[in-house]
Amino acid sequence: MELTPQLVSLQLVTGVALGAVYALLAIGLSLIFGMLGVVNFAHGALFMVGAFLGMYFLGLTGNFWFSLVLTPLAVGAIGLVIERLLVRPLYGRGIDYPLLLTFGLSWVLIEAMRVAFGIEGIPSSTPPALRGSVDLGVGYFPLYRLFLIGATAAIVTLLWLFIEKTRYGLIIRAGSRDPEIVRVLGIDISRVWLAVFGIGCAIAGLSGVLAAPTRAVNPEMGIPVLAESFVVTVVGGMGSLPGAVVAGLLVGIVFALTSLVAPDLAELSIFVLMALVLLIRPYGLFGKAGYMG
Amino acid sequence: MTRPIDPKRRRLLAAGAGTALLGVPAFVRSQAATVKIGFPVPLTGAFSAEAQDQVRAAELAVKEWNDAGGWNGAKCELLVRDDKLNPGEAATRTLELIEKDKVNFVVGSLSAATQLSINAVCRDRKIIFNSISQSDTINEAKDWSLYTFHEALNPHMTAGAVARYAFPKFGKKVVYLTADYAYGHEMVRGFQRAGRAFGTETVADIRHPIGTADYSAFLPRIQQAKPDVLVLCNFGRDLVNSAKQATDFGIKQSTKIITPVLLFTSRLAGGPDAFEGVMGGTSYYWAMEDKIASAKAFNDKFRKAYGGAVPSDYGALGYAGIRSVLQAVKNANAVESQPVAIALRQLKYDWYKGPQFYRKCDHQSVQSIIIVESKSKGMKDKNDVFNVLHIEPADEKNLRTCDELGHKVST
Amino acid sequence: MIDFIARHRVASVLAFLLVFPLVMPYEALAINILIFGLFAVGFNLLFGYTGLLSFGHAAFLGIGSYLTGIAIVHFALPWWLAIAIGVAAAGLAGLGIGFLAIRTRGIYFAMVTLALGQIVYYAFYKAERWTGGENGLRGVSVPVLDLFGLKLDFLDPITKYYVILAFVAAALWFVSRVLDSPFGAVIESIRENEKRAAACGYDVARAKLLVFVLSAAICGLAGTLRALHLSIVPIDSLHYLLSGQAVMMCLLGGMGTFFGPFVGAAVFLYLEDVVTTLTRHWMAVVGGVFIAFVLFFPKGIWGTLIDRLARARVAPRASPLRGAKRKSS
Repeated sequence: MELTPQLVSLQLVTGVALGAVYALLAIGLSLIFGMLGVVNFAHGALFMVGAFLGMYFLGLTGNFWFSLVLTPLAVGAIGLVIERLLVRPLYGRGIDYPLLLTFGLSWVLIEAMRVAFGIEGIPSSTPPALRGSVDLGVGYFPLYRLFLIGATAAIVTLLWLFIEKTRYGLIIRAGSRDPEIVRVLGIDISRVWLAVFGIGCAIAGLSGVLAAPTRAVNPEMGIPVLAESFVVTVVGGMGSLPGAVVAGLLVGIVFALTSLVAPDLAELSIFVLMALVLLIRPYGLFGKAGYMG
Repeated sequence: MTRPIDPKRRRLLAAGAGTALLGVPAFVRSQAATVKIGFPVPLTGAFSAEAQDQVRAAELAVKEWNDAGGWNGAKCELLVRDDKLNPGEAATRTLELIEKDKVNFVVGSLSAATQLSINAVCRDRKIIFNSISQSDTINEAKDWSLYTFHEALNPHMTAGAVARYAFPKFGKKVVYLTADYAYGHEMVRGFQRAGRAFGTETVADIRHPIGTADYSAFLPRIQQAKPDVLVLCNFGRDLVNSAKQATDFGIKQSTKIITPVLLFTSRLAGGPDAFEGVMGGTSYYWAMEDKIASAKAFNDKFRKAYGGAVPSDYGALGYAGIRSVLQAVKNANAVESQPVAIALRQLKYDWYKGPQFYRKCDHQSVQSIIIVESKSKGMKDKNDVFNVLHIEPADEKNLRTCDELGHKVST
Repeated sequence: MIDFIARHRVASVLAFLLVFPLVMPYEALAINILIFGLFAVGFNLLFGYTGLLSFGHAAFLGIGSYLTGIAIVHFALPWWLAIAIGVAAAGLAGLGIGFLAIRTRGIYFAMVTLALGQIVYYAFYKAERWTGGENGLRGVSVPVLDLFGLKLDFLDPITKYYVILAFVAAALWFVSRVLDSPFGAVIESIRENEKRAAACGYDVARAKLLVFVLSAAICGLAGTLRALHLSIVPIDSLHYLLSGQAVMMCLLGGMGTFFGPFVGAAVFLYLEDVVTTLTRHWMAVVGGVFIAFVLFFPKGIWGTLIDRLARARVAPRASPLRGAKRKSS
């Protein structure tokens, strides 16, 4: 195999596309962790639920864009219910309990999808408007994956605008820094937590529906995704959204480039990357001490 | 705080208790009432669809045998257990089946790792194990025992058959996209050996971690290499994902995609587009009934029992694995492992796909291999997903030699 | 009576374990509970008592299993030497991994241990010639156990149980001694307030490393016993999912207690086993039970039980051994 510049460039584009999904997943996880201090082990399962619901809505409405909007709303709603009923009673007890609870929850969600959609999963297809490949000059690349990169960029921008430029975003930022003061200022912090948990879950669901056309949709698809999301989130720094984006792209590119030279070590390379980052910067690239450190 | 009991004394007590229990007579296998067969398969997990089909087909075989009178009044009972596709769990379940349920035989497994683990437990306790999924390793002398039988195909046979059919047709430059575990390696080895006769050249053997969902990182270099043939040496969901994504990357424009095992359930899960033009091997496809009488008989029995459904490839193995063991019980007129094993070694049978027998040195079932190609047009119903291109007849020459496997004596 | 049990905790535990096979549906399950109970107790030395959450402890279980297996399969060493090698290797790995990991804290410590554990996983996965790779290591058979001239039939499930119990008993006694020693107090103080412990003059890093090594060795012992029990070593012995199981078992049972993790392991495995035979949807049932336990038994099953018993006693006496968590970490 020749490592031509064309091949390496195409591989980099592939890495960025992979990184886009990783970044989205990490954002959802980081948001919940940074704000609530909750390690959400159901994140992979919610990704999977998003993929299933996305394909289901696509089948119902025949329109991919509708399902792109409906799915995060649906999964976000599930997230709201989870926070209100299951996670809220555990606040103040430390990070261990929500971890165990969300782990149990992930098993329930997996089984629920098996019952609802069958054990084999459902077929997924790329929406007709986004099919085919594009000649990038360095090779042919699936149009849908370019769309993924664009969609992620758009979502990240929207999220950034929401958090940095709106009043509600201001409350969220304040609440992650000092929940006590926010309460003292008269804002119901538990409502804020509810909303943030919902948003984090909605993003997980959105990642699922975006990823669904590229891979098989089955109940077990979220399990490896969970580990990958954690790796990316930690590399970026728990609670840091820019960190999640940078780390997502970094991990995607590392995975892609390793696949080129040593494909059987590709999966290992992201763990090695995490170990190296943490040994040099123990709180992740953009993380700060004090976030559950 | 007072000292706890001296640990040395505790150890002596434990050893004493253990020794005393040795006096208890070993469990006696009950023979008269039922013939018990343990059936550990992954009812939950990535292969649950195939496993559940195996259970259906196995229950069919048991019912058939019982309805025909069983053996000396004894009926067969199938004890199905979920091994969760996990070798540690498979070992525990097998221990449960042997020690608590006192099964006479074990049939099952749906992965190389689990079958080797079940085999290890059965072998030590001299219980017959008839494996119904692919593995080259289980034929090798290290894992083998008189009580180890292998009903399913092995990678060497399967890859060889597909290679012999496809390589002459499509070209010499081959790229392998291989799942990085024994199954993948063994398939590649089988393809390369058979390919030597046709002068095939391995351009690349790209090993990916098993369970990879996203293959986009491996596809650009395949795109650049433009091989004549791309062999997807992976299984089940890995195959579905890689076929789908290879299609997305436009690989099919210049390359023929083949795979050693084209599972019926994978094709249904992946859909016609992803598998368009993909060709592969299989141990069984229901549409063989046009050519093979026993296939028709088996399909009809299955349809009757399960409301018109047709058996899948792995499902059929569940049927054959059980039926062979039960036939051997009748032939040997015994349920003890040794006479039944000898009866199995001498068995010549045709349960569903043509004549088969177990080779003496490694108990591998010598059987036909079917080459199929995925259909996307003209499908008569949801099950009509393949065209049968070729049936390679059962031939011992397609197996690795007994010497190569480390067997000293091929009696 | 409760006081007596409390003061002789190891003896009471062992009395229960001696008759345990009678309440379990089959011995292999009881043995699995012994093994995973030990795994959880070893893990809890680090997690519940020192306050360090590690997601890579499967590495030690796996190294113990594999080294014992390799000693028996490739080198035909006697079983007792194989066990010793397994435990020593696990302890050594604990030294290496611990040394790298203790410079991080909290969730980052968990992730570093996860990453290092996965590196160990891949190393063993690729070393196919020694470990069998994805197929696992088969042939770890010790059909007859030679014990000072006494020949024990290791294939007999009851014998196997009591032999393994002997090892587990010794290890539990050892852990109990460690926890009651001054060192035990030091590690608990590290959990409560690391800076203060350092300010009191204790070498915190050295203490953490030492408890890491001890924890690794105990988990390694559990691994060696598992290899002998199953006569195989599956590759997922090293996978993070198994590390996660250790965490679950400790939380389920109650991580602030000596016996809690053992109870957690027993409940987890028993529940999984029984529910698996009852329904195909065992994942939903077990997941639901987890959720229920977390919501209603915050101290874990055993922790809650002890708490209730302690409060039921008329004159509250300081219990000498329940290291109940005063502050969640």
